Amino acid sequence: MSATQTISADSNSTARLWGGGVEPFGASYGKLMMWFFLLSDAFTFSALLLAYAALRFSAASWPLPDEVFSAIPLIHGKFPLIFVGIMTFILIASSVTMVLAVEAGHRGSRKEVVKWMIYTIIGGLMFLSCQAWEWTHLHHYGAWWGSNPFLNADGSPGMVNFTNLFFTITGFHGFHVFSGVIINIIITIMTATGVFDRRGTYETIEKVGLYWHFVDLVWVFVFTLFYLI
Amino acid sequence: MSNSNPSASTAHGHNHGHDHGHHKDTFITKYIFSQDHKIIAKQYLLTGMFMAVVAALLSLLFRFQLGWPEDTFPWMESILGDWAKGGRLDPGFYLSLVTMHGTIMVFFVLTAGLTGTFANLLIPFQIGARDMASPFLNMLSVWIFLLSTVIMLLSLFIESGPAAAGWTIYPPLSALPQAMPGSGLGMTLWLISMALFIASSLMAALNYITTILNLRTPGMTMTRMPLTIWSFFTTSILGVLSFPVLLSAVVLLIFDRSFGTSFYLSEIFIAGETLNRTGGSPILFQHLFWFLGHPEVYIVLMPALGITSEVIATNARKPIFGYRTMVGSLLGISFLSFIVWGHHMFVTGMNPFLGNVFMILTLVIAVPSAVKTFNYLATLWKGNIRFTPGILFAIGLVSLFISGGLTGIYLGNAALDINLHDTYFVVAHFHLVMGSASLFGMLAGVYHWYPRMFGRMMNEKLGYLHFWLTFAAVYMVFFPMHFMGIDGVPRRYYNFTGFEYMAEWMDLNRFISISAILGSAAQLIFIWNFFGSMRWGKKAPMNPWNSNTIEWTAPVEHIHGNWPGEIPHVHRWPYDYSRPGAPKDFIPQTVKDDDLPEELRKPAMQPAPQYASKEAVPSETLLFGRLLQVLGIRKA
Repeated sequence: MSATQTISADSNSTARLWGGGVEPFGASYGKLMMWFFLLSDAFTFSALLLAYAALRFSAASWPLPDEVFSAIPLIHGKFPLIFVGIMTFILIASSVTMVLAVEAGHRGSRKEVVKWMIYTIIGGLMFLSCQAWEWTHLHHYGAWWGSNPFLNADGSPGMVNFTNLFFTITGFHGFHVFSGVIINIIITIMTATGVFDRRGTYETIEKVGLYWHFVDLVWVFVFTLFYLI
Repeated sequence: MSNSNPSASTAHGHNHGHDHGHHKDTFITKYIFSQDHKIIAKQYLLTGMFMAVVAALLSLLFRFQLGWPEDTFPWMESILGDWAKGGRLDPGFYLSLVTMHGTIMVFFVLTAGLTGTFANLLIPFQIGARDMASPFLNMLSVWIFLLSTVIMLLSLFIESGPAAAGWTIYPPLSALPQAMPGSGLGMTLWLISMALFIASSLMAALNYITTILNLRTPGMTMTRMPLTIWSFFTTSILGVLSFPVLLSAVVLLIFDRSFGTSFYLSEIFIAGETLNRTGGSPILFQHLFWFLGHPEVYIVLMPALGITSEVIATNARKPIFGYRTMVGSLLGISFLSFIVWGHHMFVTGMNPFLGNVFMILTLVIAVPSAVKTFNYLATLWKGNIRFTPGILFAIGLVSLFISGGLTGIYLGNAALDINLHDTYFVVAHFHLVMGSASLFGMLAGVYHWYPRMFGRMMNEKLGYLHFWLTFAAVYMVFFPMHFMGIDGVPRRYYNFTGFEYMAEWMDLNRFISISAILGSAAQLIFIWNFFGSMRWGKKAPMNPWNSNTIEWTAPVEHIHGNWPGEIPHVHRWPYDYSRPGAPKDFIPQTVKDDDLPEELRKPAMQPAPQYASKEAVPSETLLFGRLLQVLGIRKA
């Protein structure tokens, strides 16, 4: 819109930020839409995490995360936090490569955007693989929706909502990562075929980047609430 | 996309302005898969009207049961089959009817039908944009909405019947498929339909917000926006922030239903059998639900209030009283609506201290609501009122808003609510203040913007008839329910014949049922008028109401991109009506200051001091002073 609209000579009203005829703060409607979508999605996750908090703190006792999440592929023994630490590191690293992709987009360097986007996609896929392994591992122990083999901290039979919440919320987050990877793949193909060069702007990378960082940010909360405390 | 090429329509005449030259609109692309905001508005309106008819018919079915519980209606069996064996409604199906009536009215008629219609129609027109920010997303939202409509209606045609847990779908009735017939497939379809509805409303709301922020024409500052646009803006923000919480609640509910989790279930016995569900809480669902549910009330109401502001100011030929306080009260209501959800849950065993907090916050909402009411009254005060059907419905809204709002003060009281909770008092309250008031706002909007939508005028005489019948019917149906509620008659009961103390309400129940039938029949007049005027209505002039807002500067015949040539620029606020000294009694927003005499250049944002005598437009103090005089409390 702004590209085609000429600012009129009616300077006393149009020059102002909110005076109409301009995009306030120079944010395009697409970027604004993404921000509002993320706000909305933040409320979705907040509701889930608050439900988790409400159920957890109304339970008399709860399984210890260090006991439950302590496995590493191919290695025997208990190593709490190591595997999930690796997962978190991978996801945050993929956020870094996303930043680099956005930065390359600002310079209009198609090759570099594609390169960093591919790294980001690999990071996302690695995270999803880790999650798949962890879910499979827990499932082998008999943990699933509706069943919890892990005892509570006080030795009583485990609260079944522990696994219910774990699979639902990490699953919901994993679904977000999965969608993000799909979107990243589409965007990478669009970059490689020169769509953004023809459009004259790499803003789409920025918008997708916002989504990707948001998903990472949510993971930090999920990680804290499920694995740390 | 029209806004990618705003100058395209310049080259074309009025008749084929929708044709960009590079493609030809077929019937499918023009009316079915349209990305044009005007067509999408009509799609929302027609779907909303259809759903309103369905929901009204459902309510008539259960009103027959409540009015004549002893009688049988053979015709009922011929339509409903086993749900009305021997002509008597099945009790389980009665609950389904109540549930579906509520769901369809709240979500499909008054959320999507109302906001979808007028936000789509008015946002681009009134802020001076070629179309919505993302016409494609707009089309997607209307189609997903339509899909959710179809799924919701589909649930009326399945063997076990539609959802029956009430429109609030509280667990465990909604969480256990075996709880009752309506908890099975009907509930599943309800949840799928609502998930789609949430997606659709999210897309729509994102579009509304970004369009309002980014696509205003030069000169359209935030404080020059018509109050309709402000109300769509705040409504959309509420939608973006509250619907996702319902989505989370629905996701957890689906897991409870289908994957054996127990988020909302604990120590459940069903048919003598103990279920292996522990640790959940049905109250958790209520918290999540009402975090949406309460803002939802204002999602329904605020667009109607915005429409009312616009219709009243235009037809009273006066600047809206207290524009800034109107905006402020919209913002205040929006904010407060997020922190009062607990007042729906006073009797769930809530900590009394928390109940107090929710009570106080709830009662605070009376302040912005009262500001709006008094501003409406002050705008009407000594106005040169033109009684179009539109303003009649707008005044009707003010009336319903007052009578329904006052009972809100009773219900918001945690102690009184122990008595009134889940009685007909609640039914009366929300049907007046949210149901009927919003419907009146919607009807006011339809009468007012019909010429803008269809290029023809609606029949005024039929409009008057429709208004008076509807207005009377609404009060005849809902007002008596207060008395039943105070007596403790509970809502959602199949019949009251088994309770001696409720027997005395039998006649009143019958009266309500007859009024409901009359009121519904009156809507046929509207439907006749609506569709008939498309064909036989008088051709509308460009600005039939002599309105200031810029949607009336666009050609009557709809064109892609709304305005041929340049978008009109805006130079003043939208409520410069009846300025003394002006050549006409309105100064459209497009009039430049240079074209006006010196004393008219500043818009009448603060009306009082600019008028010749204080009697012409009283300030708020004067208004209250007069009120006190009228009531005999203060000497003149």
